[in-house]
Amino acid sequence: MTEVNLRGSPAKFSIPKITSNVWKIWRRNADVFTKTLSVNFLPSMLEPIIYLIAFGFGLGGFIPEINGLPYINFIAPALVAISLLNGVFFECTYSTFVRMYYQKTFDAQVATPISIEEVAAGEILWGATRGTINSTIVLIVVGISSLFINQPIFTTYTFILIPLIMFFGGLMIASIALCFTAIAPYIDFFNYPFFLFITPMLFLSGTFFPISTLPQPAQGIALVTLPLTHIVNLTRGAITGATETIFGLTTQTLIPLAIIWIIIIAIIFFIISINLMKKRLIR
Amino acid sequence: MEWIIFSSKSRDVLIKAVALTKRYGSFVAVDGIDFEVYRGECVGFLGPNGAGKTTTVRMIYCFLPPSSGDLTVAGLSVYDKAREIKRVVGVAPQEDNLDIDFSVVNNLVVYARYFDIPKVEALRRAEEQLKFFQLEEKRNMHIEALSTGMKRRLIFARALLHEPQVLLLDEPTTGLDPQARHLVWNAVRQLKKLQVTVILTTHYMDEAEILCDRIIIIDHGKIIEDGKPKELIKKHIGENVLEIDYDKVLIPILKQTFPDAHIEVIDERIQIFTSKPYDIFDGFLHEHKLPNVTIRKANLEDVFLKLTGRALREND
Repeated sequence: MTEVNLRGSPAKFSIPKITSNVWKIWRRNADVFTKTLSVNFLPSMLEPIIYLIAFGFGLGGFIPEINGLPYINFIAPALVAISLLNGVFFECTYSTFVRMYYQKTFDAQVATPISIEEVAAGEILWGATRGTINSTIVLIVVGISSLFINQPIFTTYTFILIPLIMFFGGLMIASIALCFTAIAPYIDFFNYPFFLFITPMLFLSGTFFPISTLPQPAQGIALVTLPLTHIVNLTRGAITGATETIFGLTTQTLIPLAIIWIIIIAIIFFIISINLMKKRLIR
Repeated sequence: MEWIIFSSKSRDVLIKAVALTKRYGSFVAVDGIDFEVYRGECVGFLGPNGAGKTTTVRMIYCFLPPSSGDLTVAGLSVYDKAREIKRVVGVAPQEDNLDIDFSVVNNLVVYARYFDIPKVEALRRAEEQLKFFQLEEKRNMHIEALSTGMKRRLIFARALLHEPQVLLLDEPTTGLDPQARHLVWNAVRQLKKLQVTVILTTHYMDEAEILCDRIIIIDHGKIIEDGKPKELIKKHIGENVLEIDYDKVLIPILKQTFPDAHIEVIDERIQIFTSKPYDIFDGFLHEHKLPNVTIRKANLEDVFLKLTGRALREND
């Protein structure tokens, strides 16, 4: 009488179907964040201050100028980009893993009309938001510090442009981070992406020294493979008005390239990460 | 007229499983089961550890997708209407998945938001549930400061926030003290009055016997019995059980006295299962003067052990 269904795996690869439920996941994480503000704010302010002291004032004293900029002005945009990278990556690996694996928060959430795809997308959206908050604080800290040394390093639109760049760059990093979270068998697994991906990227993306000092092929590799290079190009463009010249390309090419690169990588990894999450959690 | 309305309501199938199967590689957790649950009914899923109870419950609330077969909840298929199903189903899972980042009351408020319940209404319902489950004083406490029993009650309260038609309780009273157990039972009874359909899994047979209109016994992923508690007891055990300390000379005498009864030796005790009335026992006992004798009503535990055996199950 009744036909027996033999369905394909519900975890099969697909374009995520997402509704406004994503915001409920975002709200949940935002609520926790605002409740633990002091824990969240202080460390993210301290880190760039230490970088500023060590590199800007300490090391910077020995460096005359880079591309016509005082050294501190060269690294200021990079510090903003680094705080985004760290903030987002930490949130979408360790914090997401704790919610998913230890606190079983996702299990409780998917028992409601929210789907697992929306939970994953909510985590990405929140990670990007968290990173934007982080890096905007750093922007303010760096900006205030720069007033004491030399001419202010900001143009007028900095405060509109930077959070926008941070948010979309944050979505990309969050999507990449969530891929690692989806395949992490245990929490110490994140040592791999942090030491093999994040740390090298932190130094090789035109952050503390110009990429243009590297051999030509290395410049190409940095452009093709390192997401932070493009975020740094955008922040440096927004803050100082120009990027450095990488692989023979100038600001006019590097800015649109960065925008396109970030959008494409963000979309690809968003889809992959949500599918990996589905694969992990739908058993 | 009224009984017609009632009976048509009670025939209203709310959950229907046909050849429902869940496989993990070569392991079959749920092996092609068929069952129906009617509106307003309380059905108990019983079975040893690893029998497939929790897997079945998880498929009902679309947490796990079936490997094959059909499963509908309120006429909606779990394959393509998960969101709609989850809107009408309340779940109190076995494991503690309360949100430790929030206080007791905020656990409920945040959870209500997942169901689109507006803040003011969410708070009203949360306070109502806290009161019912006697957690008002713990209102602002952290989840980690709660005892196991309080956590179980809060999980139960959370499952009721969106006023579900179907309530799934996976071992709702495990780890509870007797007071808290009665509180949970009371909640289930009240929900039944509101025509809420309840599915519960439990290892406590007294609980199942008291609360459930119908019992489904599962073992090795298959349904081995399905019926009203009293009928199952009558069918498999009889009315009464006489228990006597084991003595091998007694066996032939007992067999002679109770030719129709089922006699078993369990844990150094002889158990005689029979539907004969108490007086028969009285006469026999009077005659033989045996030490350590118990006469009791047959219960669901007798049925359960008879059907699923006495071997320990370690998994799950």
